[in-house]
Amino acid sequence: MIKSLFSDDLPRSVVLSVILGVILICLALAPFLFPGVRTVDTAARICIFIVLVASYDLLLGYGGIVSFAHTMFFGVGAYGVALALTHMGRGFDAIVVGALSGAVVAAVLALVIGLFSLRVRAIFFAMITLAVASAVAVLVSQMSGLTGGEDGLTFKTPRALTPAFKFGGELFGVKLNGKLLAYYFVFFGALVLFLLMLRVVNSPFGRVLQAIRENDFRAEAIGYRVVYYRVAATCLSAAAAALAGSLYAVWLRYVGPDTTLSMEIMIDILLMVVIGGMGTMYGAVIGATLFVVAQNYLQNLMGAAAGLVEGVPLLPDLLNADRWLLWLGVLFILSVYFFPTGVVGRLRAGR
Amino acid sequence: MTAAPEHAPKMAQAGFAERIGPWMPVLLVPVLCVLGFLAIPNTSSWLTLTVSGLAMGMMIFIMASGLTLVFGLMDVINFGHGAFVSVGAFVGISVLLVLGHMTEAPSLMLNLAALLVAVVGAMIATGAMGYAFEKVIVMPVYGHHLKQILVTMGGLIVVEQLIIVLWGPEEIYINRPEALKGAITFAGAALEKYRLVAVAVGLIVFGAMRYVLRRTKIGLIVRAGVQNGEMVEALGYRLRLVFVGVFIAGSALAGLGGVMWGLYQEVITAHMGNQAMILIFIVVIIGGLGSVEGCFIGALLVGLMQNYVAFLEPKAALISNIGLMVAILMWRPMGMIPVVKAK
Repeated sequence: MIKSLFSDDLPRSVVLSVILGVILICLALAPFLFPGVRTVDTAARICIFIVLVASYDLLLGYGGIVSFAHTMFFGVGAYGVALALTHMGRGFDAIVVGALSGAVVAAVLALVIGLFSLRVRAIFFAMITLAVASAVAVLVSQMSGLTGGEDGLTFKTPRALTPAFKFGGELFGVKLNGKLLAYYFVFFGALVLFLLMLRVVNSPFGRVLQAIRENDFRAEAIGYRVVYYRVAATCLSAAAAALAGSLYAVWLRYVGPDTTLSMEIMIDILLMVVIGGMGTMYGAVIGATLFVVAQNYLQNLMGAAAGLVEGVPLLPDLLNADRWLLWLGVLFILSVYFFPTGVVGRLRAGR
Repeated sequence: MTAAPEHAPKMAQAGFAERIGPWMPVLLVPVLCVLGFLAIPNTSSWLTLTVSGLAMGMMIFIMASGLTLVFGLMDVINFGHGAFVSVGAFVGISVLLVLGHMTEAPSLMLNLAALLVAVVGAMIATGAMGYAFEKVIVMPVYGHHLKQILVTMGGLIVVEQLIIVLWGPEEIYINRPEALKGAITFAGAALEKYRLVAVAVGLIVFGAMRYVLRRTKIGLIVRAGVQNGEMVEALGYRLRLVFVGVFIAGSALAGLGGVMWGLYQEVITAHMGNQAMILIFIVVIIGGLGSVEGCFIGALLVGLMQNYVAFLEPKAALISNIGLMVAILMWRPMGMIPVVKAK
């Protein structure tokens, strides 16, 4: 049962299993274990980023293709739900329509970009996605009539998912309201998507992708159409990213260029994948959790450190809380060199 | 014994399409100019836009040329190339700010001297940085595209943040040297002096690069290395050294492009290199990775396209370049002047 749920791809390391179990339990019971607006928000972000990072890992870790347009697909999903909820009224039907159309649009976009660039050289894909993604980001902020421009869109989600909706009294001191339902909507949505992607990478399709990653020439020689597999992987990962974006929109009840389309999020995703471990779906879980928690608390720590070295030239500037990307960049380069398999790869090797 | 079949070779004249094929990319630039002329009602605005398009194209070419050569020679794709543009701009502009008394003087010679000092300073800084970048970041990941992209992207982030640490997070505004301010009027069109200078510098850099690549020994080795590196090494040339040299030269050119770009926009930010990278990538792709001539033509096309479209429909400017890239890739999937790799 558990084996088939995890698609026969168990963590294969005791430490890793324990960590994953703890993360799963914490996320499943987050509203009860850590009641508080900020912590529940962090937990929801972790859930969503796990899906987003896993979908990126499908492309990068399993397909060996670097894309810089992943936030674009994420944004397409988010804007899909936002537009549907704005124009169709606050119903679950609007969420379904928005999420599905977002996923379809993302997949079609990925198909077009993939057909253009992947048939020549996989390396073109990275450059073209970078150009297209930035053009789309500019376009979204310019088409303010439709997308709300830089301000983004604020919209109403179904009543059952808002804090105003109450059912029953309290459970373990936690109010049973729509916010709780919204969290579990996000949590189970993310869980299902994650297990689906685990299924995909462990299917024969996923095996072929890994073969292409290792040696595309040989895979072609064996008789697999490399381009088709690569394009299919791109479309799948784009659709999954769009669905993650839909979850994000439902959770935030807001979309804007900064929260969904910005290059910073793209860099965050890259860091999460590499730190967690490329080519292991579980790496997405570890990477996203570590990163989101660090994002929330590391900045405070750096601020404190900057205070400690006050007076030393240059050091306070280097440790300024706003400079945390600097250290993440260094960490990123080091982990690509020395831990290309990330945390998960380390744990699996050290068993 | 039968007679041998009569051997009658037919020297069929190559068709028009076949003869024009290699020249098509070169012809695209005037074609685009003519299209712009037809689309823009006012001749003087067309002239202004064409000059600024060419100026922009030249600057993009200067920034992009190093990237395309580095790729052609060593199959290394450097996503951190934009970092050199930013650093070049910051170093160059800082020098110009220090030499404020020279740039504000109304004398052309003093202005040019200040500019020269700034450009040389920027190029030395970015060249040295290129050397360090190559040694520390790129060298350990030769032959591994995926890691190259990731690591150089990481390098870009680190350099961008270091710029913010050293120069502060605010954007820096800069005035052009006194003699390069304003415009001259030609046939009723206002042509900014600075843009004319940019066109001239671009042409000089392109000419010099072509000369080095086509007429000198080192250029021969570089071109041969692009075609078939293993063969060149087998002949006893240390391609690694040549490659480091090209990497440094490309970084220095990116620095020069950064100074020019900064003066063109009159404002510099730490992210400017990253933004320029978008255009640089488009140019490098449509030109054909590894081809300097393709890069030059591609840059001119992108510059002209951007300026024409921005005049006709401001919101569509960036999209039009994506459209240009799509159209060219449909026509020639490897870029306009594909570099044949003997593999």
